[in-house]
Amino acid sequence: MSGLTIENISMRFDLPNGGSVQALKDVTLELKPGELMSVLGPSGCGKTTLLNIVAGFLAPTEGRIAMNGHTVQGPDAERGMVFQQGALFEWMSVRENVAFGPRMKGEREAQYGANVDHLLDVVGLQDFKEKAIYELSGGMQQRVALARCLANDPDVILMDEPLGALDALTREKMQSLVLKLWKETGKTIILITHSVEEALLLGERLLVMAPRPGRIHKEYRLPFADLGVDQDLREVKKHPDYAKTREEILAMIWDMEEEIMGRTEESA
Amino acid sequence: MTILAIYVAIFIGGFFAVKYITASARPNDYTSLKTVTFGDESAVRPNRAASVISIVTIFLLWGSFTGSSLIPSFLHAPAAFTGTGVFTYTVDADGKTDEGTVTVNVHEADGDAAVPAVAPGDGFAKNDSVSIVKYRSKLLRVDANDELGRGDGALIVAVNGKPIAPGGEVMTDFARVAMTPKGTLNIEPKTGWQMQPLYLPPPEKVASRLVEISNTGFRNSTLWEHLGYSLFRVIVGFLIGAAVGIPLGYAMGLSNWFRGWFDPVVEFMRPVPPLALIPLVIIWAGIGEVGKIVLLFLAALWIMAIAARSGVSGVNITKVHAAYSLGASKWQIMRHVIIPNSLPEIFTGARVAMGVCWGTVVAAELVAAEKGAGMMIMVASKFQNTDIVLMGIILIGVIGFSIDVLMRWAERLLVPWKGRS
Repeated sequence: MSGLTIENISMRFDLPNGGSVQALKDVTLELKPGELMSVLGPSGCGKTTLLNIVAGFLAPTEGRIAMNGHTVQGPDAERGMVFQQGALFEWMSVRENVAFGPRMKGEREAQYGANVDHLLDVVGLQDFKEKAIYELSGGMQQRVALARCLANDPDVILMDEPLGALDALTREKMQSLVLKLWKETGKTIILITHSVEEALLLGERLLVMAPRPGRIHKEYRLPFADLGVDQDLREVKKHPDYAKTREEILAMIWDMEEEIMGRTEESA
Repeated sequence: MTILAIYVAIFIGGFFAVKYITASARPNDYTSLKTVTFGDESAVRPNRAASVISIVTIFLLWGSFTGSSLIPSFLHAPAAFTGTGVFTYTVDADGKTDEGTVTVNVHEADGDAAVPAVAPGDGFAKNDSVSIVKYRSKLLRVDANDELGRGDGALIVAVNGKPIAPGGEVMTDFARVAMTPKGTLNIEPKTGWQMQPLYLPPPEKVASRLVEISNTGFRNSTLWEHLGYSLFRVIVGFLIGAAVGIPLGYAMGLSNWFRGWFDPVVEFMRPVPPLALIPLVIIWAGIGEVGKIVLLFLAALWIMAIAARSGVSGVNITKVHAAYSLGASKWQIMRHVIIPNSLPEIFTGARVAMGVCWGTVVAAELVAAEKGAGMMIMVASKFQNTDIVLMGIILIGVIGFSIDVLMRWAERLLVPWKGRS
């Protein structure tokens, strides 16, 4: 069975003060190869925890993750990850960063060289390939991170707020780039974000999670990601359903936030 | 006190002078346009004119108060009196008074020590003469050759016409003349404001010592052997310390068991000053090369272990996660992520360790050594060769500074990403 299966994942851990936290409860999901799913939710809803479990950095207390039929035990090259920032290696040039995955597999320059150069072209960094990481802007650094992940040819790409630290204009350009790469490579992508607009634009499937305990609240299937592949994202936003869905999700998240506030006030 | 006052005066005077001179030539770069400079560390740049004046002032004061031949004599502080001085004394013997003179030859330690020849003169008080080395004083029984002396009830009542009594004193133009309780005169020629070479030799004497010792050596070894031995000990001790300390630090940063096992040892040994280990190391390993190297090894070990440990714990966890999801093995993560990421910390530690080692080796050589920079100044101080002591201190400073510059240069070359992530 191909694709990514998340079966009844629960995560509960003890705190030093004796209490315990239920970070996730009974999360079940199935992603087919090539699906693009965005995950949205108020802070503390466990979306990053979920992503870390899928990546294999954390072990769930219950349930299992299956990737192409086998259970996930730890991090692996089949599940690539793009972080918000700080994950690039400053001691390597841009090109060495992108070639990191293939080199770790023991491939030689002759084997990975062409692909790495192609990816640098795709993300528009061919002219910067010999530069040091600290010489690049934030947007360029995230493009390096994307290229590095793709150079390793993973089956699933996990993105943890990859555009969160960028300014609005760069962010819009990067959103188009993510859609383009998704269509060209046909990768399965899970993208975590705080931005409702980004979740709408970059999600065939959009998952809204609720906090305390972290769980799936609602799932949408949206047309905007497909539209955005060929169109300007500003055109996509004019789609009649776009504003409506955005308001609906915003209202949903506001309700959750208010509920959290209410609960904190009660306990205080 | 006077020297401090002059120093402060030059400090303040230099500030206003430079400010006045450079007022018209104000640079127009970004920093000079900042209006908030008090509290903005980046706006505080060293004034190079101040640095130059500071260095010149130190040498000027040094030269001035040692009578250096390198600076014009009108800048010299008043020197100690040398040459011939004369004063008169008056003797009173039962109402009869007479005057005699005392001629004093104040000479350099290696100068003409001849006692001036003087005619005895008339009257019962005969003229005297005496020879005194510069900076010293001498007791003189001026009545010893007089016809009526102390045993005859004669008393010295005045010097240069000014009355004097036992315990009193009279200042003449070249000396202070004091009378002991028994009536003997004590002649102290003026010492001026300059330092005696024993305490502070003039700069040119230190420089000529440097030339002399670099040509002929000191204590059966050339100067370069002395300095080379010290450097050799530091480098070998540091390298062994780093070779053990860095892997130990990595192990402590990567394994619970290593961290738990070595934490108490490292945390206890870190605050123990290496100097406190010198006696123990001498007991265990003697005063030879082994003892020195063991001491420097111990000085460098803990610093390097702690630097490597904090280098490992300073690695951003997302980098490690990223490398794992790119398919790297543990060994590859060590080689490509943890080691390069810890290099900046290790370099900082290495700079500190080299500084500590250099200080420790000099101290250890002060205690006991056959050769070395510290031994050189220690032996020189026992023979009161202050110029060699000063020369040694300057050379030790120059070498320590060069080591640090070299380490910083290597750091820029090898870890250009330091502080930029």
